[in-house]
Amino acid sequence: MSSLQLRILHTLGQKQQIANTAAEFADVDTAAMQAALMSLAARNMVEYKTHESDRWTLTAEAKDIVAHGSHEYRLLQKVTEALDGLKISDVDSVMGSNGKVAQGRAFKNGWIAKEGDKLVAKVAAGSQVQDATAEQLKEIEKTGTLANKKDLAELKKRKLITQSKVFTYSVSKGAEFALEIKQLETDITSDMVVSGSWSKAEFKPYNFDSQGVMPSAGALHPLNKVREEFRQIFFSMGFSEMPSNQYVESGFWNFDTLFVPQQHPARDLQDTFYLKDPATAKEPQDKEYWENVKTVHQDGAYGSIGYRYPWKGEESLRTVLRTHTTAISSQMLKKLAADPKPTRLFSIDRVFRNEAVDATHLAEFHQVEGVFADYNLTLGDLIGFMQQFFDKMGVHDLRFKPTYNPYTEPSLEIYAWHNGLGKWVEIGNSGMFRPEMLEAMGLPKDMRVLGWGLSLERPTMIKYAVSNIRELLGHKVDLDFIENNPAARLDEAIF
Amino acid sequence: MPTVAVDKADLFALLGKNYTTDEFDELCFQFGIELDEDTTDDVKGTDERPQLKIEVGANRYDMLCIEGIAQALNEYLGRVAPPNYRLSAPTTSLTVKPSTQQIRPYACAAILRGIHFTQRSYDSFIALQDKLHTNLCRHRTLVAMGTHDLDTLKPPFTYEALSPSEIKFVPLNQTVELDGHQLMEFYEKDKNLGKYLHIIRDSPVYPVILDSNRTVCSLPPIINSDHSKVSLNTKNVFIEITATDRTKAEIVVNQLVAMFSRYCEQPFSVEPVEIISAHNHESRICPNFTQRTLKCEVPYINSCLGLQLSPAEVCKLLSKMSVQAAPSQSDKDIIDVKIPITRPDILHQCDVMEDCAIAYGYNNLKKTTPKTAATVAQPLPINKVADILRVASAQSGWLEVMPLTLCSHDENFKFLNNLDDSRAVKLANPKTVEYQVVRTSLVPGILKTIKENKDHSLPIRVFECGDIVLKDDSERGASNQRNWCAAYAGKASGFELIQGLLGKIMQTFRTPWLSAADAKTGKKGYWIEQDDSVKMYFAGRGARIMYRAKAEAPAHNIGTIGVLHPEVLTRFELPFAVSLAEINAEVFL
Repeated sequence: MSSLQLRILHTLGQKQQIANTAAEFADVDTAAMQAALMSLAARNMVEYKTHESDRWTLTAEAKDIVAHGSHEYRLLQKVTEALDGLKISDVDSVMGSNGKVAQGRAFKNGWIAKEGDKLVAKVAAGSQVQDATAEQLKEIEKTGTLANKKDLAELKKRKLITQSKVFTYSVSKGAEFALEIKQLETDITSDMVVSGSWSKAEFKPYNFDSQGVMPSAGALHPLNKVREEFRQIFFSMGFSEMPSNQYVESGFWNFDTLFVPQQHPARDLQDTFYLKDPATAKEPQDKEYWENVKTVHQDGAYGSIGYRYPWKGEESLRTVLRTHTTAISSQMLKKLAADPKPTRLFSIDRVFRNEAVDATHLAEFHQVEGVFADYNLTLGDLIGFMQQFFDKMGVHDLRFKPTYNPYTEPSLEIYAWHNGLGKWVEIGNSGMFRPEMLEAMGLPKDMRVLGWGLSLERPTMIKYAVSNIRELLGHKVDLDFIENNPAARLDEAIF
Repeated sequence: MPTVAVDKADLFALLGKNYTTDEFDELCFQFGIELDEDTTDDVKGTDERPQLKIEVGANRYDMLCIEGIAQALNEYLGRVAPPNYRLSAPTTSLTVKPSTQQIRPYACAAILRGIHFTQRSYDSFIALQDKLHTNLCRHRTLVAMGTHDLDTLKPPFTYEALSPSEIKFVPLNQTVELDGHQLMEFYEKDKNLGKYLHIIRDSPVYPVILDSNRTVCSLPPIINSDHSKVSLNTKNVFIEITATDRTKAEIVVNQLVAMFSRYCEQPFSVEPVEIISAHNHESRICPNFTQRTLKCEVPYINSCLGLQLSPAEVCKLLSKMSVQAAPSQSDKDIIDVKIPITRPDILHQCDVMEDCAIAYGYNNLKKTTPKTAATVAQPLPINKVADILRVASAQSGWLEVMPLTLCSHDENFKFLNNLDDSRAVKLANPKTVEYQVVRTSLVPGILKTIKENKDHSLPIRVFECGDIVLKDDSERGASNQRNWCAAYAGKASGFELIQGLLGKIMQTFRTPWLSAADAKTGKKGYWIEQDDSVKMYFAGRGARIMYRAKAEAPAHNIGTIGVLHPEVLTRFELPFAVSLAEINAEVFL
């Protein structure tokens, strides 16, 4: 306990009040005083108020004036001493750099006059002149200020004084006032628990208006946290995860099996990454399927007239980085044809597009895809099921727009009402896979397959208010963003 | 999806209603097109007319111009009946010479008589040709079309393939006659036409359409002749189409005449041309307006839509979608659908079923719950392993990062002091060097992430569990492998901390650490052995990670651990010491 705190308590004990700590404790600097008062106030032993005032302090030049008189006073003395007057040309050598100021003010005060090339005194030698500048500075040195604000301003302009803030305190007794300070414990320690000393100790009150120390923690990536939410939604609805860990695909699986014709713009170099190495894939093992796909494109089959163009095996075997996870769905549906039964599958994985990169487009991103196969599924089932699925994401108000996808018919874009934007926004795509795709695999005609997809990044960007996709996926992510990111809870309404 | 700009006032006049933006947006939504932009506010104070930019389905070639959009929407709204397209008698022919086989084998032609263009319908005619060239015709590679003022030409016509020096004409909007070679030079730098030159440039013969005076009409797929150019005053239009894809040529000629025969003296009447092409059995009268018929099963449509519509109701709905249908006389479950020439997108009865759904209204369908019995869900095993790794790493204080899979060749090899081992998948057409290869290690992405976060407080501890891709002998020629990689960057290398994290990971997978002596005993476990062959590590500071999955089983090298070489750090511009470990996560399957 500092002796200053005790001095304050004793002073208060005698005087009841301390009006001005600076006057009472002139030897104590402000910071020490403040610390002592805060400490006492924290114990409710005193109450104090802070008073702020301006204080003027003297510059080195001003202190010199206080000690030896103003420049003009000193010039007057020099002029008086030189009995015949002082040559004007000698002023600088006598007064140094202050010659000009000294002359100007001495003239103004009427102390000296000019006679030819000399300065002469106008006041009688030995008579007392009032050195106002020095007097004012002495007053300031003593009280910190001057009554006459004009004089203050003048001195400030002459750079003789500078202003600073001064804090003083008035102090009164607090509820717990005492002349002695009790020793307060800051923490319960193991020693106290063991010895039982805690029962006699008094504890310092805690400051609960504070944040605490954050733990140094690891964290999962926000995009993967949202991915996990989607996975849990799929699991809860009976969907199994597809083996989507296959980025390299043949045109066959990525396009042809999905009934995307070989001249479709999606197969352009502008949209799809083709591979230089390995440049070609092998034909699928099931040769009958290979032929079926060729026939349905080139000549038509299964009640379809087909696209009627010469289908090329070479084109089908060109390798690509998959442009959608539907390439895997296609492979899984082909497997299903061996034993067709109700099946629900999903994947959330990376896809690649040869697009120009900007704030909303990256060359790679994640696709969320669901596939639902069963006999005689209806479009009403698709819409009803989408409602259930998006309800789990906290998105309730949906509507559906007809659209075109080469491998689904009907095709439906899914729109959700966005409260923040006050409009319908597209959140996904869906449809029933075409018979040309399914029947070529050998699936029965009455087995229908519903599919839908959305990007993982878009709902994540909405959820975390990320405007640039590059700050979410890729190496440009901010580690602080990962570290401080809250839990992803899709059921906390996104929109 | 193509976007078509149409004159707003003209479209609303054709639709017979001055729609508000919201009303029109709603109409588009229900029909399945999209109002992208209304330029009304943008053109205020200028003399430009407000336009609507409408996105249409990539398969609706009949909606690539205002005429087609208005026709389709008017039928949808029940305001008009579908046009009755008719052919008059042919008056001339186009003879296809066998020489065209080697460059562009197919041709179509048609004539529009007594046409009356206005400036805006003329512009629409030109714009439709552009749209078709870009979309269906794949930038003129598959199909190219030329339109001519018939009255400047002398039928009949021939389609031939000639040596470039034999072809001489004044190209459209030019004044100087050029031969085939000069023309290639002349248009080399042209930003509109230059991109089409490659289609024929290197061929010994160029395709050409000639009239009976051997006046050049066009040099497809590059340019028409100035001689026969169409103007606002043109009365009779000769349309010629050349192609490498027969089906698409037929679609194009049908769309062009279907859209613009409405401006003929006898609306929707087209004069066909006799195509003489015996060598490839393509002699015929063109265009062919015979409507394709498709028998559709009403129970199929009802089953797909979850509805109980009668055949008559289905037919009524289809009439809104430009599709004429009537209940079959012989089978109560069948409707006979006539597919108009404007709807080549209809391939299968599922397309008819979709049209029926759109006409009914997607949002009027009853939402039902699939009656499927419960299915059992399960995660993909490698994702389950990855989740264990990810959670254990994060619990140990590491931050998960997700760099890209694609990187530059240098980042994947040279920057890590490695030579190309020919195992990486290389891209053929990347737009930037950042996307040259698919990574074969997670290290480049991790180091790039640290580089971008240099200002983060030290140490930086990051990890990734993600896929690399390696070439192999599988059907696709390459397969993914799930890897796990963690790095520590700080003032000192922190090697023992990475080593400790590896230990934590192994402990999570019930794999004990083995001392060098224990490693020899054949126990289950892992250990690390100095290995100076991994050049990304500082010499003497790199090791391989050995793993024995079961007692007495052979041990495998599953990855590496070490302190990165300062050269590597410099190349990734990292002012820190970094140690890291990378393993193949699939060993835990």
